[in-house]
Amino acid sequence: MKIISSSPHFHNSDSTSSIMLNVAISLTPAWIWGCIIFGSKALIVMIISILSSVLTEYILNLFTKEKTVTDFSALVTGILIGMNMSSDVPLFIPIIASIFAIFVVKWTFGGLGCNWANPAISGRIFVFYSFTSAMTKYTIPTILTKNSVIVSEASPLSLIKTAVTSGQSNLKSSLDILYSENFPTTDFAKFLSSKTGFNAYNIDAFFGFIPGSIGEISKLLLIIGGIYLVLKKVITIHIPLSFLGSFSILTWIFGGIPFGLGLFNGDVISSLLRGGLILGAIFMATDSVTSPITNKGRVIFGCGCGFICFLFRTFGSLPESVSIAILMMNIFTPTIDRFIIPKKYGLIKELK
Amino acid sequence: MKLRTFKKGGVHPNDKKNLTKDKDIRILNNVDEVIIPLSQHLGAPAILIKNIGDHVEKGEIIAKSSTLISANIHASLSGVISEIKKITLQNSVESDAVVIKADTIQPTLFTEKYDFNLLSAEKILDIINSSGIVGQGGATFPTTVKLSIPKEKNLDYLIVNGVECEPYLTSDYRLMIEKTDDILNGIKICQKLLNPQKTLIGIEANKIDAFNLIKEKAKGTEIEPVLLKIKYPQGDEKQLISALTHREVPSGKLPLDVSCVVINLGTIWSIFKAVVYKMPLIERIVTVSGECIENPSNLLVPIGTPISHLIKECNGFKSEPDKIISGGPMMGFSFYNLNLPVCKGTSGIIAIKNEIKNKKTNCIHCGKCVAACPMGLQPLQMYKYIVNSLYDKANKIGLMDCKECGCCSYVCPAHLDLVQSFKLGKKLGRKK
Repeated sequence: MKIISSSPHFHNSDSTSSIMLNVAISLTPAWIWGCIIFGSKALIVMIISILSSVLTEYILNLFTKEKTVTDFSALVTGILIGMNMSSDVPLFIPIIASIFAIFVVKWTFGGLGCNWANPAISGRIFVFYSFTSAMTKYTIPTILTKNSVIVSEASPLSLIKTAVTSGQSNLKSSLDILYSENFPTTDFAKFLSSKTGFNAYNIDAFFGFIPGSIGEISKLLLIIGGIYLVLKKVITIHIPLSFLGSFSILTWIFGGIPFGLGLFNGDVISSLLRGGLILGAIFMATDSVTSPITNKGRVIFGCGCGFICFLFRTFGSLPESVSIAILMMNIFTPTIDRFIIPKKYGLIKELK
Repeated sequence: MKLRTFKKGGVHPNDKKNLTKDKDIRILNNVDEVIIPLSQHLGAPAILIKNIGDHVEKGEIIAKSSTLISANIHASLSGVISEIKKITLQNSVESDAVVIKADTIQPTLFTEKYDFNLLSAEKILDIINSSGIVGQGGATFPTTVKLSIPKEKNLDYLIVNGVECEPYLTSDYRLMIEKTDDILNGIKICQKLLNPQKTLIGIEANKIDAFNLIKEKAKGTEIEPVLLKIKYPQGDEKQLISALTHREVPSGKLPLDVSCVVINLGTIWSIFKAVVYKMPLIERIVTVSGECIENPSNLLVPIGTPISHLIKECNGFKSEPDKIISGGPMMGFSFYNLNLPVCKGTSGIIAIKNEIKNKKTNCIHCGKCVAACPMGLQPLQMYKYIVNSLYDKANKIGLMDCKECGCCSYVCPAHLDLVQSFKLGKKLGRKK
């Protein structure tokens, strides 16, 4: 039997499932770190999120008689939802988020590739606004509490937000707020801080010794995962760079305003290291289905994300900015793709 | 040293040329029957001027060019025309074919040399025309049409295409190594015809020994070999022009509009043989390769030889192939009937196992096809339009500029049938 098919007869052996598997691999170190820091509670949240997503996809497959569960996109969605949960959430929350993400956001629009919004982001936003208090309760990692008596249930980001909105104008930066709250740091960070001069809070935030969602705390491991994805050509660097770049520039220029510092006084580094910004910029904004297809379009998309994220962070009243920014830019993606199109070969000389 | 290449898109498939790279060109003998189709070229089929039962000499014309874009067809062996039948060629073109039962003793012809310097340009063009030479890179465009440029037009570049970017194929590479002098003389003939400002030979970096050889032998002539970065589809004339001259051929125009003429290396050799030995296009080099071939080879075969004969010459199959491809694996046609003949445009016969598993999913909008497209098109958008029968919309965003090079399908992680849909879309769009 000879196979007759159209050219080309070669393929570079990439497939949807290999791409999704690569994303899942690149995310793994970051959430395992979260499980190490927060303990078995975090692991249970992760497992519940992944299982509920994959199971939802599988049950929907039974209805439609398709076999999309093997493309591993549900696995990635499940991992991302778990990474966006605090280790303390009641377990029904990740289940609701997963079902919403897979069923409402993805399946009702026609499955993988047809959804206009990133499923994991939408799932997170859905449960965030439904169960805000449960979603914003974070445990301080045990590694921090041994140096301090204070056990706060808020993340640094929400501490800062509360302080700023309540108008404690004598505090000049977000780091001052953490100092005034007697927020603990690790010995490791204190040691590194005395050697390098970097702020101990930022060092903790970079290496992942802070309260927060399971997957977002270790910026180092997230960046390593991002580099892996770029090397594997799953994502291009355009979205993360333009997202973080535009956010940094705007924060530097205007970030000082809420503290009464005027222009060009924003604290860029600590803003970059707070919250889910790195996770969002590297892994959620780059979701291929909901981001533009051209590199130029991706830069516009990233800048838009950075701008909206900055607005919500600096002037919004809820400590939720990255996922809203990405969701809003998801809405613009089809429009960007419609107007930002690649230049055709041989078009220069086509003058009329 | 920074090597030149074309700017937009392109992919890097494994070139797999090692299978036949060091194999000398072997002459295929003992062909007892040839099947010569009348439609081996782009344009109108040639008109048969012989009948069943006629005896033809090797090199004798058997079908005449019918219109401006067409080509003469010659008998590749001496023998008797035994049958005229309809066959479906590898590229699904239906054509009449002349079957010649070859004589057991073949005459020795085309050994006398003629000096091309004594011939006028008109005479040379006439020889090329009557020899039925067509482009041997795969498109089989009649060479005479390409070479007859208006008198008042000054040509900037004559570009010789020695890129051979398709995986497996090594026939042009072997030509450069073994027939270097013939090639250089062939280029001189073309120079005489076209009077170009500059003559360049594009060679990819995986054929560096051929490049060095030509560079050495071309010293003192006006022929300049240029080493190019390895990237598919550099052998396409539009990409080659862009790589060598930084010019872009406008959509729907010919290379001549940017003052370039691109000629394939195999064609150059045919021109040389036609002008110097008065030998029409009756034989060509075919690379028989692939993982399933016992002894991959470069063969010089008479046009019309059944492909089964070529495979027998290469000691048959090592293992049962899933796919047999005529041409290269990126743009060639898969076929099943091994009794089909070698045509003027058959550059290779590839027998491979099927590595493409069906992993088709929805388009995940990754944009890899957009990044890979050398023409700067949006394959995923055109695909969506064609699937929904919106051919006009697909045309508007450049469907007709697509040359089916296969880069988009090669990189598509969703394994969509992009190229297939474009081929379909072009046909159906034209019909409307």
